[in-house]
Order: sequence, then structure tokens, then C-alpha cells
Amino acid sequence: MTNKSWEPKIVCFACRWCSYAGADMAGTSRIQYPPNARVIRVNCSGRVDPNFILRALKLNADGVLIAGCHFGDCHYVSGNYQTSRRVALLKEYLKEIGIEPERLRLEWISAAEGQKFAETMKAFVNEIKLLGPNPLANGGPE
Amino acid sequence: MSTEQPKIGVFICHCGSNIAGVIDIPTLVEYAATLPNVVVAEDYRYMCSDPGQDLIRERAREKDLNRVVVAACSPTLHEPTFRRVLGSIGLNPFFFDMSNIREHCSWVHTHEEEAALEKAKDLVKMAVARAAELEPLQEKEVDVKANVLVVGAGISGIQAALDIADAGFKVYLVEKEPSIGGHMAQLDKTFPTLDCSSCILTPKMSLIGQHPNIELLTYSEVREVEGYVGNFKVKVERKPRYVIEEKCTACDDCVEVCPVNVPDEFNAGLGWRKAIYIPFAQAVPNAHVIDTEHCLGMTPIACGKCKDACEAEAIDYEMKPEILELDIGAIIVATGFKLFNALRQLEYGYGKYPDVMTNLEMERMLSAAGPTEGKILRPSTMKKPKHIAYIQCVGSRNERYNSYCSRVCCMAALKQARQIREKYPDIKVTIFYIDMRAFGKGYEEFYETTAREYGVNFVRGRISEIRGSFESDRIVVRGEDTFLAQPVETEVDIVVLSCGIEAAKDQGELARIFGIQLSADGFFLEAHPKLRPVETNTDGIFIAGAAQGPKDIPDSVAQAKGAAASALSMVAAGRVKVQPYTAVVNEDLCAGCGICEASCPYGAVKVVDNIAQVTEAQCKGCGTCAAACPNEAIAPQHFTMDQIIAQLDALFKEAE
Ligand SMILES: Cc1cc2nc3c(=O)[nH]c(=O)nc-3n(C[C@H](O)[C@H](O)[C@H](O)COP(=O)(O)OP(=O)(O)OC[C@H]3O[C@@H](n4cnc5c(N)ncnc54)[C@H](O)[C@@H]3O)c2cc1C
Ligand code: SF4
Ligand code: SF4
Ligand code: FES
Repeated sequence: MTNKSWEPKIVCFACRWCSYAGADMAGTSRIQYPPNARVIRVNCSGRVDPNFILRALKLNADGVLIAGCHFGDCHYVSGNYQTSRRVALLKEYLKEIGIEPERLRLEWISAAEGQKFAETMKAFVNEIKLLGPNPLANGGPE
Repeated sequence: MSTEQPKIGVFICHCGSNIAGVIDIPTLVEYAATLPNVVVAEDYRYMCSDPGQDLIRERAREKDLNRVVVAACSPTLHEPTFRRVLGSIGLNPFFFDMSNIREHCSWVHTHEEEAALEKAKDLVKMAVARAAELEPLQEKEVDVKANVLVVGAGISGIQAALDIADAGFKVYLVEKEPSIGGHMAQLDKTFPTLDCSSCILTPKMSLIGQHPNIELLTYSEVREVEGYVGNFKVKVERKPRYVIEEKCTACDDCVEVCPVNVPDEFNAGLGWRKAIYIPFAQAVPNAHVIDTEHCLGMTPIACGKCKDACEAEAIDYEMKPEILELDIGAIIVATGFKLFNALRQLEYGYGKYPDVMTNLEMERMLSAAGPTEGKILRPSTMKKPKHIAYIQCVGSRNERYNSYCSRVCCMAALKQARQIREKYPDIKVTIFYIDMRAFGKGYEEFYETTAREYGVNFVRGRISEIRGSFESDRIVVRGEDTFLAQPVETEVDIVVLSCGIEAAKDQGELARIFGIQLSADGFFLEAHPKLRPVETNTDGIFIAGAAQGPKDIPDSVAQAKGAAASALSMVAAGRVKVQPYTAVVNEDLCAGCGICEASCPYGAVKVVDNIAQVTEAQCKGCGTCAAACPNEAIAPQHFTMDQIIAQLDALFKEAE
């Protein structure tokens, strides 16, 4: 259930080479987007340990966004391929524990794609608003 | 975590009104002061300025701070600045964290002051939590190989190579074509002074060929780059020329016997060359090359005429591709541009009407060494034209193709129009433009003189249609004169399309090989658009010339010299600092399962005697191993589990 005043709280892991720089680019281009997410800077999307995601969701994060370089562009060659595999597995696990897998989103955003960063934020916030608050809040799904 | 109790100072920057205009700074400061371990929170107009830095130093001394958080712009910009401040007062520079409340907050939530404040609070809270978990690290210094690899030998690569070689360092210059020179070699004269392009380029080209410090690798391409700043391992493929450079005397005996005619790239397809050829008279190296795509076959059965004709015995049909492995200190990528393909903008009839040509083709036609020996002729009739129309911004400033301005086509059109009028005062020249851009030194003057003294006509407006005339063999150009607000229609004999400048076809592939990024327009991305225009985000790799964005020769040369100076300061110092983010294993937790080994993109971690071991020199600190390890036994420094968890907990755990 959503009420009007509820605003989803989102954490975004962004790799410093592409997506963090893409978020910076949204800033320098003054592209406006909803203020729901907080970015954590990591070296590579490959650094994002599934435990970070689970911890965030267990602490009632309404959504987790992982943003990295496009395939082939990862500063560490193949880090993002591993990310993509891990996220796929984790989504399956989320289903099992009663969390909508859509709460975890993976996007490839390059250093030049400020626009895409902003649009991803808009789309993700809207999607999470439709899903409503994290089901683990108030003691988990019924 | 070190045992010392964290004492954190939080310093919040107004960035003039960039941050303070949106975020309520006093409230944010007040909030920061309440966070765990924070002993002082203050704000200042410009934290990165000298007084701002002094403020941090003073407070750190007074309050005996051992951690510093600055909430300001992106760490990409000023993390190094503030780390130096810590270093200057004897604090470990890695006891520092930054919250990005400008790019990630005030600039993107400009009209949501309350939400922006809440976000800024969270970002500061997260940074403070992470700061408490930071560990002191030592920046490592590594040796820098005393040489530079320059990739691409247009004017940019040539200039960069010469500057570095003159300073006494070894240069490997890799060019994918059989000769160096790039686009400049194809130009006839150059704006704004109308120097003959070859006259100013050829001396530089021969210097390259002779310089004792330059190893020139033409007809070669970089296939692989590994390693890191100061110590790149580069694989260069030398494609077989089938002609031994050192033996070839450029006598052209082979060319005379070769039976195959191929459209000549150097003359923009306006002339012909043979399957064995020298790209142009001043080519460096001045040696032939066999174009295997068109050669009938390098055997006596298929042809083999050139080999028989060559008295110098320079032709070797058995030549094989060769891979060179180079150890390199710094790299400059200067791979230039590609001309917009006029076939894409259908309405202009390129490819359909032989008398519609590109600006580069006109450049070759104007050249005394070109296919018409400098005579202006209609390609369809080989007769002198009466009226030539230029259409500006082909493929540029157009959402359908490239939205940017290509920067050289206006001046190139003015230059060519002037040359045509100089040679043939009876040929009428009309330039159809959106607006003329003559921004460089001496350019506006050049524009005015061309209009006033050379009688070139200018019509402002986009051309909507080009078609063959129904009455004659001429071409009809139609559009609107936006000054007079009336349609224009005129018959001309030649249409020159001012095609724009585009990123090379393989630009993305090159970016991948060098581990650098592209900007939205497809060119290479610089580390900062204003302050670091020749650096990339990869330490030790620099960019120059039209590969970074459309540029004329003066700008390309200036940037090449900048890139050369930046690379030089690195190789001349002989040592460079690298960030100490390598992975560390907690031997108590490691089970020796080897999962990290399988996940590391660099083979930097191996299980030895049941414990993972990291080879520091190979580890780049990506952290992929850490995310894979089931026991949390391995993590890159400065991005440890505790540090990241601290941020998450700060963000999501309700304050009790
Ligand atoms: C029609 C026209 C007229 C012009 N007239 C003028 C003028 O009058 N005055 C002026 O100032 N400017 C003029 N310009 C602009 C000028 O051509 C450019 O500024 C200049 O050529 C840029 O030099 P560059 O070395 O950066 O790139 P380029 O000239 O494109 O050279 C790049 C080099 O890198 C090589 N290369 C590409 N990829 C690879 C790879 N993967 N590996 C190895 N090598 C590679 C290429 O073969 C080439 O030799 C004109 C441009 C055009 C199109
Ligand atoms: S994955 Fe973890 S436990 Fe397994 S060997 Fe590597 S560091 Fe040790
Ligand atoms: S951080 Fe781990 S995965 Fe990345 S390079 Fe170092 S050892 Fe390999
Ligand atoms: S560095 Fe961006 S995903 Fe690996």
C-alpha cells in the first residue's frame, strides 16, 4: 500500500569509471531527477557483494540500483560480466525470500550518459513507487 | 579499523551559490555536528581555495582531528586536492572522504530544496560513517619506463612524437596506414594563412622518418594494452607490406607492371592507383605496399609481375604479420577523425549525381598534385564549371546525424571558395549556410576578406533539395533564404558538401583496447572538459587532436603539445604514484577455496598452500574477488566490507 507522502529510499552502487562519472555528468548538465537515491562509489560494479544488496534490503531499502560500465567497457575488463551473473542469481533468491526482484536493478551507464543516469533514476523511482514499500518493513511479507 | 578513536571534522562547501543556493547550509552544518565521532563541523564559501584549505588545516590542529570529511563537489575533481591538505599536516591522506553534494545533489535537485537537504544530510552521514572505518594507506611509487607510445600519425601524433623525441625520450609511433600524415597530407592549402599543407607537413614527416629517438611502425595497429601507468605492456601488430621498407627505392618499376587499377583513397577516390602503390609522393616511409584485397595473387601463376620487375629485390610475398611486444611508460592516442559519409544524407544526392562531391574531394581537386592537377572540372563532363555551390553543415548540427558543430567546415569552405575565385575569377561560388562560424585567431578577418574581396556569395538557409535539371545537365539547388524569407532556386555545375568530422569507425574498439572512455558524441572523453583536456581517466594515457573532438590544425597541434608535455613530465620524473587499492587477504578467514582466483580478471590472486595470495603488482583493486569470496576473506583496500557496510547502515538504520 502506498500513501502519497511515502517516498522510496534507494541506494545506488556506481562504479567510479563509468556510472559515477555519468551521475556527475547529469550534474554538470543540470539534468533534474528525483532525489530518492544515495550513491555509494565503488571501483567496479564487480565489487558489489550480494551481501551488500541483501543487507540494504533487510534494512528496508525500497530499491537497490547497481550501475556499471557497458559490456566491453568495464575498466577491469570483465568485472561487469560477473556483476550481471550475480544479479541474475540474486534476483532468483529475492523471489524465494518474498522480495520483488524488480527492487534490484542493474543498468549500464557510461561516463557520457548523464541523461541515461537521470532517466534510469526516474524510471526506477516510478517502478518502486508502484511496488510500494519494501515488504520486509513492518516485519516482512505476510 | 585502527584502534585510535576517530575524531572527524566535517567541512561543508557553499561552492559560491552552486551548493548554498539550493541546500540550507546552516542546517546541514548543525546536523553534521551531531553525527557520531564528529568533533567539528564548519562551512566555507570555497573549500578548495587556499583559505578553505587553511581552515581545514587549522581545525585539524586545534581539534586534533584524525579524519576529515568534505562535503562539496565530485571526488573526481577535488579528492586529490584535499588528500594533499591532509598530507601537508602529517595526516594520512587516506583518512579522507568526500560527499558529493553538488553534482549528485544541488545541481540535480535544484527546485526541491527540502529533499535536497535531506539527501545532503544522508550523504554526509554516510561519509562520516565510512570515515570512521578508514585505514591509513601508503601510496606506492612505481618506476616509469622511459618511453612513450604515440598511436596515430596525423599532424597530432607527429607533433607529439617530435616533442617527446626532441626531449631525449624514445618514442614508438604506430600508424595503421602505410604512410604517416593523416588528413593534413590530403589538404591543399590551410586556413587561415593559406600555407601549402604539404610544405609545412612534409618537413615534419621526414624528421619523423630520420629521428634517432623515434621508432616508426607504419601499417601497424595496437591490439592489446595491459599493465598500468608507467608499465604498460603493449602488443602491436605489424601488417605485412610485402615490400621490404629498407630495400625499396621507390623507383615505381613495380607500379608500371601492375595490371590492377583501384580507386585512390588518398585522392578521395577521384583518381586511380595500382594494387602495389605508394600512397602519395611525400609518403613516409617512402616504400611501396601491396594491397592484398585487390592484388591478383602474389604467385607467378596468378600474376607476380611486380616481383619480377623489382631490381632491388624488395618484394617479399612470404611476409607474415608480426606481433611486437613493447614495454611502455605512457601512451598518447591521436587517431584522428573520419569524414561524415555523405551517402547518409540522401537528399543531397551524393553518389547519385557525379557533380555532387565532398569537401575533401574538392581539396584533392584543388591540389596541384591531385587527380586534375589543380584544375577545377565537373566530374561528369571534365569541363570547367560556371557556378559552384557549397552546402554547409552536412551531417553536423543536425539531430538526425551529429548534433555538434564540426568546427572546420565553415573555414574549409571559405578557404576553398577563395582558392577557386583566385584561380578562376569567372566561376561563381555560392555558400549556403546556417551561420558562418569563424572563431579562431585571424578567422573572422579571413571570412570578411573572402566575402568582400573575392566576391563569394553567401545565402543563409538550409537546402532542402538537390536534383538534376530538367532542361540541362546541371544541378538544381533549392531551399530557403532565411534572410529574405523567400525560396531560392539556382542551377549550378558542382555542389560541394561540407561534410563534418566524425569519430572513427573503430573508436569504440580503440577505447576498449586502451581502457578509456567515449563522450556522447563518440569521440574520446577527456578527464575534465576544462582543466584536464589531454588526460583520460586512465592514468598514463593521454589523448590529442581530432580523436578527442572536431579540431583544426592549430588546435590539434596545441593539444598534441599538451599531451606530449603531460606524458613527458611523467616519463622524465621516472616514478609515479599509484593508488594503493590492491586486495588484501585475511588469512584467518580464507578457506583456500580458490573462488577469488577464478573471478580475478588479472590473474592477480592465487591460492598457495590453502591461502589466497595477491600479487600486488598485478592487482588493480577492482574488488571482483571480494564480491565473490564466500568468506569475506579478501577485499581491496579503501573499499573494504566494513567501509561499505558502514555507509549502508548509516543510510538505512534508523537512529535509535
Ligand atoms: C575538407 C577538410 C579541410 C580542412 N582544412 C583545414 C585547414 O585548411 N586548416 C586547418 O587548420 N584544418 C583543416 N582541416 C582539419 C584538419 O584536417 C584536422 O585538424 C587534422 O587533420 C587533425 O589531425 P589529427 O592528427 O588529429 O587527425 P588525422 O589527420 O585524422 O590523423 C589521424 C591519424 O591516425 C591514424 N589512425 C587512425 N586510427 C588508427 C589506429 N587505430 N591505429 C593507428 N593509427 C590510426 C590515421 O591513419 C591518421 O594517420 C580540414 C579538414 C577537412 C575535412
Ligand atoms: S575466495 Fe575467499 S576464501 Fe576462497 S581462496 Fe579466495 S580469499 Fe580465500
Ligand atoms: S581486487 Fe581482486 S579481483 Fe580485482 S585485480 Fe585485485 S585480486 Fe584481482
Ligand atoms: S569499472 Fe565500471 S563496471 Fe567495472
